[in-house]
Amino acid sequence: MPYFLKRISIISICLSIVGCVSIPTGFLKPSEGYLQKRELQMRQYDTTDQVKIITSVAGVLQDLGFTLEDSETEVGFVAASKKADAVNKGQVFLVALLGGLGNNPQAVQQCDKSQVIKASIITKPSLDGKKTVVRVTFQRIVWNMANQINRVETLGDPEMYQKFYDGLSKAIFLEAQQI
Amino acid sequence: MSKLKSYCGIFLILLLIITLTGCATPAVNALGSNESQVKLRSIQTRAFDTVDKKKMMQTVISTMQDLDFVIDKADFMLGSVTGSKFLGQAVVTMSVTVRPRGEKQLLVRANAQYGVSTVEDLATYQDFFNSLEKSIFLTAQQVD
Repeated sequence: MPYFLKRISIISICLSIVGCVSIPTGFLKPSEGYLQKRELQMRQYDTTDQVKIITSVAGVLQDLGFTLEDSETEVGFVAASKKADAVNKGQVFLVALLGGLGNNPQAVQQCDKSQVIKASIITKPSLDGKKTVVRVTFQRIVWNMANQINRVETLGDPEMYQKFYDGLSKAIFLEAQQI
Repeated sequence: MSKLKSYCGIFLILLLIITLTGCATPAVNALGSNESQVKLRSIQTRAFDTVDKKKMMQTVISTMQDLDFVIDKADFMLGSVTGSKFLGQAVVTMSVTVRPRGEKQLLVRANAQYGVSTVEDLATYQDFFNSLEKSIFLTAQQVD
């Protein structure tokens, strides 16, 4: 058998074994740490006034520089997004240095440039109906210098959630004081 | 022996052709689905013994949040909730609709997409309805 035919046949056997990309299963099962995540993302407020809570949520989102995108107040839902700078000078320096050493001046193009942070908030009555539960989730999409999507991720930084809820507590107070 | 070699050669060429054509999909694939319409509906739909649409929608939303989804859109009149989540570099989007069935029940239908493919796996949807059942304390009933 000619050499090239042998080579092609080996490649094609490999390809046919690997096959098409398949959909993974089990991605609609709760992950192990979902209770901790709930704790991180949820807070309860001692009020049954849903309108007050949801207007305060919209207010705190604006305070944090988000633009409201969509809402359905009937089920207590608000979505918002914010564009932000994602340039990390340390990363740019390191990549430029390594790229320079490796004779790859284009490497810097792979550095983070900008990001869109999405927030979605749900408010609903607690199980006993005496309190209001607020739950927020954050996601971000990061673009690189070449305007390609570098990565997408759900944010789990406790500080960020804490900052949101500190703001919300203040906003509820300010709403109550009509400020 | 040389006959065997030539058979081997033909077999390998055929294998190569199959490999190269294997994953091709038709150019227009907008309305395509692999499963039959009835089967897909029964995989994606469950009935619940409640008429509280608002509570059901809020439970659907909190279940989706437990599963790491970020809610993108919701509409009370339509009873729809849409969310997305990231799995590595792939995006999973899911929309769930809640609508009345008769006087005493609500129908919940979920459909998910993984990247560019529609999810048609029974077990995946069953996982979702299992979580939903636990959150709302009601049994999800299979719909014929």
